Amino acid sequence: MSDPITRPTVGTPRESVDSSAVEEKREGTLPRGIDRLGERKRARLEQLAQATADKGGVSLLRDAFRRLRRNPTAIVGASIVALFVLVAIFAPLLAPHDPAQRFDELTKNLTVDSIPGASSEFPFGSDPLGRDFLSRMIHGSRQTLFVGVLATLIGLALGVLIGAIAGAFGGWVDNILMRVTDVMLALPALLLAISLVAMASRSSQWTVILAVAIVNVPIFARLLRGSMLAQRESDHVLAARALGVKQGSIVLRHMLPNAMTAVIVQATLTLSTAILEAASLSFLGLGDPDINRAEWGLMLGVDGQRYFEVRPELAYYPAIAIIVVALGFTLLGEGMREAIDPKSRR
Amino acid sequence: MLRVIVRRLLQLVVTLIGLSLLVFVWLRNLPGGPIEALLGERATPERRALLVKALGYDQPILVQYAKFMQRLLTGDFGNSIRSGDPVTEVIGRAFPATIELAAAAMIIAIGLGVPLGYLAARHRGRLLDNMSIAGTLLGISIPIFFLGYLLKDVFTQNMHWFPPSGRMSTGVDNTEVTGFFVLDGLLTREFDASADALWHLILPALTLATIPLAVIVRITRASVLDVLNEDFVRTAEAKGLRHKTIRGRHILRNALLPVVTTIGLQTGALLSGAVLTERVYNWGGLGTLIYNSISGGRDYPVLQALILLAALVFVVVNLLVDLSYAFIDPRVRVR
Repeated sequence: MSDPITRPTVGTPRESVDSSAVEEKREGTLPRGIDRLGERKRARLEQLAQATADKGGVSLLRDAFRRLRRNPTAIVGASIVALFVLVAIFAPLLAPHDPAQRFDELTKNLTVDSIPGASSEFPFGSDPLGRDFLSRMIHGSRQTLFVGVLATLIGLALGVLIGAIAGAFGGWVDNILMRVTDVMLALPALLLAISLVAMASRSSQWTVILAVAIVNVPIFARLLRGSMLAQRESDHVLAARALGVKQGSIVLRHMLPNAMTAVIVQATLTLSTAILEAASLSFLGLGDPDINRAEWGLMLGVDGQRYFEVRPELAYYPAIAIIVVALGFTLLGEGMREAIDPKSRR
Repeated sequence: MLRVIVRRLLQLVVTLIGLSLLVFVWLRNLPGGPIEALLGERATPERRALLVKALGYDQPILVQYAKFMQRLLTGDFGNSIRSGDPVTEVIGRAFPATIELAAAAMIIAIGLGVPLGYLAARHRGRLLDNMSIAGTLLGISIPIFFLGYLLKDVFTQNMHWFPPSGRMSTGVDNTEVTGFFVLDGLLTREFDASADALWHLILPALTLATIPLAVIVRITRASVLDVLNEDFVRTAEAKGLRHKTIRGRHILRNALLPVVTTIGLQTGALLSGAVLTERVYNWGGLGTLIYNSISGGRDYPVLQALILLAALVFVVVNLLVDLSYAFIDPRVRVR
């Protein structure tokens, strides 16, 4: 077994370490000169404690959040993301038509080299199957959000699991897990996704989500492991260890929460790449084969590609939507990174 | 230094062995199993039995893996299901096209990215800086296949500046020497062929360069900003050294270390991007091969070899990048 984080601690539980009792005991045994010095020191400490108590301590996260709110990058990013999520939530109310319904007034004008454009009834015109393109765009926000968020969450969960185990145990466990991530990182992202999709007998929305998720696993794992290892050496972990906190508790309550900030920033950035990667898979014909599904990557990658010369709007609208949303997540992630980064605190 | 090289080489070997295991497992878990995957539609009971015997699937798993490794190490990847040609030959034909494209993209990305990142850092907070930040953000947010179609539409359909697709116009005579068409033209003194190949190369290379360019600009900018605050830069300025000397010897030499690492890591982005870019411009390289071996009935022998090749290229490039540190940064040599 590799060396665990804490040596099994013998001794008193946390509650019994009463500082005043320790001090009283000390005062009795220490020589006079040192005693006075100790008193002065204690007074100074109390003074310091008082000074910070008045200000009201601010937690690391709250501090970061305060900086985040003043950061224009983060605000623009958060606004875009908020708008996107709102559209996704209220899509059925916002969309003028049913996204899957084929309209006779659209299909009758539909030919191989002409797709009806904008009209008062259908502001974005028709899609290649005579459905309302605007409604499909609005409903597409839901599916796009779904694919992006789910792929990121699955990748995050697996990555955090691997990274936490590697970072907590170190030693050979860490070594083996990191070699596995090395192998996954050695494959270019899209190629790894392609080989994963190829393993499924039939591609579906889930193969896309899983492939994109797994591509991101090694990135999360490496990131978390790195900051976990840094945490292992830090003073607060040493303090917890000295107080006799159980090993599992140190990993879960002292190391993991502190190591997660970088991972959360990365997850925000991954939301943007996940949407782009899903679009790339659709473009390569490895996307969701369901023709009723309205998802921006699918709309851009399949119809947008096929009908680019006939009606470029079929590519432009989903592409613009994807670019804006990807930009939103990237800006938010960058803003978060700046807020957390100690360098920018000055 | 030698110890560093040896350790990195060992790590590389471990990664490659892990990769071979992964591909071995992958091949065994393909839909319908490896035999169906290899035979495709030509599967008959006799053929199946023959292949099981030939590939040794009736033997213990360890023996199978040993045989698999033996085939890999001797470069025997079998035959392509689609064309029936040996996989090595199929890949060999497509390889130069992708290398030419990727090299051109990297030249664009570095050639534009480093100066742009440097200038952005020097003009921090000004128009040029803000524009380059906006540009890099857009660059990493745009689906590159869409950008490819956009460039193609604007520059070939509307303005007719560039040819729409392929690597060479029909009717241009060229003798293949290396398979890199631009280079071939120069070697055989068929300069018109070289120019034509270059003409075809520009748009795809620009498309493929988007993401590496954006990343290199960002990293260079951040790294130069870091170095600008260093005392040695102030000292150099106080000594009255020429601006050019400070820029080259003091700022760039120190700022480019993270950039070199990034360039290595961007090989992966290039290989991923090549799949998309080659599809847009019908380029006929490895990316096209990957696309064809998936969409036109899955060609697993080719796919398997391509996966291994891509990983090998990526790992070796990154090893070289790491080792090149010793030449750029004397501190590494001492350690």
